[in-house]
Amino acid sequence: MIRVQREDFDPGAEMSALTRGRHDVGGVACFVGLVRDMADDKPIRSMTLEHYPGMTEKKLAEIEAEAHRRWPLQGSLVIHRYGRLEPGDRIVLVITAAAHRQAALESCQFLIDWLKTDAPFWKLEETPEGGEWVSARDSDESAKKRWR
Amino acid sequence: MKLLYFALFRARIGRGEEDLALPAEVGTVGALVDWLAERGPGYRAAFADRRLVRVAVNQDYVGLDHPVAANDEVALFPPVTGG
Repeated sequence: MIRVQREDFDPGAEMSALTRGRHDVGGVACFVGLVRDMADDKPIRSMTLEHYPGMTEKKLAEIEAEAHRRWPLQGSLVIHRYGRLEPGDRIVLVITAAAHRQAALESCQFLIDWLKTDAPFWKLEETPEGGEWVSARDSDESAKKRWR
Repeated sequence: MKLLYFALFRARIGRGEEDLALPAEVGTVGALVDWLAERGPGYRAAFADRRLVRVAVNQDYVGLDHPVAANDEVALFPPVTGG
């Protein structure tokens, strides 16, 4: 399941909802991305997430389908927020549920690595010097390549 | 053709989208980027480093040799930074 939304989310409630009534799930992995108050050596006042409506949902759904193709998953959820966020705010949630821990853990990492390079989101950080668009990191591309 | 610009490109070009009539000689994404870059300083600045230009045609990532047609939705943007 994919959700792209302005609103905050509750990781615990989402995890409970994903596994409620299920007796075939043996492991759930959860990743939550938060807004830091520092970028390199600069303090951050806020971060604004821009996205490409339509393509974002499509890309996230493709990434999720790829995870289900690679691992035997019993459920998954990706929530990505957009709009203005402040340090400490949650940005992204990935939850995967499987019979065994390895599939849950690996697919969770796969999903967050892939969405970083394939989902059309961009971050504008507000620093004391003004707004700065965050540059993509080579390390994000290498993290994705591990899953080829 | 519907063109969409995001993030730094939108800021440099000064708008998020526009409809442009595609010249007959522009048949690929690469030719489209070259043509757009001549439209003004904002466009030139946005597309100055071609290694940092990402393109989606009808919401799928494509390379510079991908064909473009008059009724396509073409989005141009810098590398993504979500998550």
